[in-house]
Amino acid sequence: MIPGIIDCHSHIAAEAINEGSVSVSSMVNMEEVLDPDDIDIYRDLAGGVTSANILHGSANSIGGQTLVIKLRWGQPASKLPFEGAMPGIKFALGENPKRSNFSIPGQPRRYPATRMGVEETIRAAFSEARDYKKAWDDYNKRVAAGEKNLIPPRRDLKLEPLVEVLEGKRYVHSHCYREDEILMLLRVAKEFGFKVRPFQHVLEGYKVADELASAGVGASTFSDWWAYKVEAYDAIPSNAALMTRRGVIVSINSDDAEEATHLNQEAAKSMKYGSLSHDEALKLVTLNPAIQLGIDKRVGSIDVGKDADLAVYNHDPLSAYAVVQKTLIDGRVYFDREKDIANRAEIEKEKKALTEKLKQAEKKPEEKKAPEKKPEEKPKPPAPTPTPTAAQGAATQGGVR
Amino acid sequence: MRKRSATRLRTPLYFFNFLCFVCLFSAPAAGAQSQPPSVYAITHAKIFTLAGSPIEDGTLVMRDGKIAAVGAAVEVPAGAQVIDAQGLQVYPGLFDAVTQMGLSEISAVNATVDSAETGSYNPDVVAATAVSPSSEHIPVTRASGITEVLAVPASGGFDFGGGPGTPGGQASAIHLAGWTIDEMLIKKSAAMVLNWPQIQTETFDFATFSRREKPYTEAKQEYDRQVKELTDWLDRARHYAQAMEKGSVSKYDRDLKLEALAPVIRGELPVLVFANRARDIRNAVEFCDKQRLKMILAGGEEAYKAKDVLRSKDISVVLRPMLSFPPDEDDPYDRELTQPAELAAAGVKFAIASFDNSFARRLGQNAANAVAHGLSYEEALRSVTINPAQILGLGSQIGTLEQGKIANLIVTNGDPLELTTDVKYLFIKGQLTPLENKHRRLYEKYLNRPKASN
Repeated sequence: MIPGIIDCHSHIAAEAINEGSVSVSSMVNMEEVLDPDDIDIYRDLAGGVTSANILHGSANSIGGQTLVIKLRWGQPASKLPFEGAMPGIKFALGENPKRSNFSIPGQPRRYPATRMGVEETIRAAFSEARDYKKAWDDYNKRVAAGEKNLIPPRRDLKLEPLVEVLEGKRYVHSHCYREDEILMLLRVAKEFGFKVRPFQHVLEGYKVADELASAGVGASTFSDWWAYKVEAYDAIPSNAALMTRRGVIVSINSDDAEEATHLNQEAAKSMKYGSLSHDEALKLVTLNPAIQLGIDKRVGSIDVGKDADLAVYNHDPLSAYAVVQKTLIDGRVYFDREKDIANRAEIEKEKKALTEKLKQAEKKPEEKKAPEKKPEEKPKPPAPTPTPTAAQGAATQGGVR
Repeated sequence: MRKRSATRLRTPLYFFNFLCFVCLFSAPAAGAQSQPPSVYAITHAKIFTLAGSPIEDGTLVMRDGKIAAVGAAVEVPAGAQVIDAQGLQVYPGLFDAVTQMGLSEISAVNATVDSAETGSYNPDVVAATAVSPSSEHIPVTRASGITEVLAVPASGGFDFGGGPGTPGGQASAIHLAGWTIDEMLIKKSAAMVLNWPQIQTETFDFATFSRREKPYTEAKQEYDRQVKELTDWLDRARHYAQAMEKGSVSKYDRDLKLEALAPVIRGELPVLVFANRARDIRNAVEFCDKQRLKMILAGGEEAYKAKDVLRSKDISVVLRPMLSFPPDEDDPYDRELTQPAELAAAGVKFAIASFDNSFARRLGQNAANAVAHGLSYEEALRSVTINPAQILGLGSQIGTLEQGKIANLIVTNGDPLELTTDVKYLFIKGQLTPLENKHRRLYEKYLNRPKASN
């Protein structure tokens, strides 16, 4: 039994991922598109995941607002958010915000189209946010001093979350790949006085591990993904271990509903590729992501007084032969493999009955027309794209990874 | 007794191993050419031949690229390079039966991708032609214990995803080592790729980035048209093959595409048919049966639904990674993971493949996950070694550790399917092959970065 797995980078339980029309989309919020019926919640539960950081996509330099959820399958959307967890905001650097791989024929390129422009987009947004904050601070000060008939500054829903970042009330989760863009955001963060919580993906984090460590910034990365684009060509499976050795708090995330079901296995690879200890590897998907998300007082380890979020395996979880038997959240069993298997016959029966009903219903109007054969199976959403990565991109208007 | 005169490589560390390798083969002065040693012996190893029970404290001798002897009481020949594998295990190298190795370097960068020719009918194109022996994927993949792969082209722009019913070209079986493609080749033309057409009622329009619905009747018409076109091609190829047999081909214009289809028509070259949904699989099986083609199913997400017909028609399957979600929401969450065990129980022969380059090194992980869901360990090992070899007609040459077979093998410190196991030595065509690669180079480099001053 281990603490429930925490996925620091997920896109499950969301009806939309990317507001890709502008490069600063801080006004949109993932909480408003939570989908409690997404089957991926259940599938990830079956992989031992108990909490997940639900992020906006990476089409924008500054993306939408994010939140941490617990995978309380069967509960309404209002019961998914992790109570008291700090809200976040997605930033993205590199190829995705500059739209390198996502041009749409006939449409002009969106600014920014270079890493230089990405920096300036973020700086410009925080300059505005700083002025906006000053306007409100001045106004509040004058109100507090007893001045009457003042006109408040106009509310700006785009800048409000950035002010929260400046005030330390909202975590920055920044998608990034290359070492140069990692250092760029550290400089910008210093200039404006905010902190990046974890860098996300951060596949070249191992090249600037000392800089990450001395800035006190976490890193949430992949286990062994590489070469799906140029900025992932120097990605190595030792990234998590090398950063850990230099004192960075590191987690392994999924960015993908299926990948999340075996994060325990992905963490184990750091033992092979970077000689992490068993405990260090396990922390990559439990305590470390909890620290990065600011929820480690409640989850991430098994301790008296902590939430009973647990994953039970039939084998050492850092093995490819381990299978989750039970997953608990708040002390309640949300996934039970034995029950799942026992219920399958019933579900199959129900499906057959419903399909039969559907066939009957469809037969009636057809009696007038020429009989027409219906497809017996529900057609799969189209997968007309050349690679899994691109398929994901297309499905979400480009730019998750 | 084992001869003491033989040179010993003692340290199993990969970098030292590599240094030895460099010393052995690169020591002569510039310009001079050296021949690599032709005889190796691995001693004191537990040897999993996959052609019988494992041999405890066994010896395996390689000579001129082949396995010369394997057993418990095998003499080490004089002059052999000896690897003392005490505490280590020997397995056949893993065989990844669907990849784009050498054909695609960075999938998002078109200029580095040679996997998909444009146009629908390209039976004449051959993967081996475009395999880049310098691809960084090759040494990275090799380090995970994979010694040979099938490099698979795909036509119509849709790699492995189905799409138009088209012969996508000839797949090539290659070793993951060699200075040139000629040195890498196991079999230039090992299978003809056929992307089985789907009845697609939903399509994706890239121009507008939106989904479009198509009525079923319309989608079915389009499917029928594609199958008819495919049938016409095969008919013409059949006539062309007959003309060739009668030696009268000079009377016709030479047609390279029909000529490429001739071995398919004759049943000499198998068709590697990409299909995933049960309906598509059954349609493909029926078609290939009628056309008398030797079919191998590739993908097979729902192969379990067609297991009876696959067994009765003796059709083997190259399965997609089981670490993937099933196609339907109401499928059991572990549907893909339990499929291998179900196919094995039904007597359907299958291999497990990565269908990728970057994730090729997850091949063992996928097989182990199938074991966690009911597949026998022995069968899992076979599904990534001898089964792919047999399915591609290479079973007599490679895939087990038997005398006379090509010496592609790995020496590991444990179960090659487990996540934490290291490959200590790797042999391709009987040659000690370096495990060094781009990832290890970067690891070493940044492990040794002096502490930053800030």
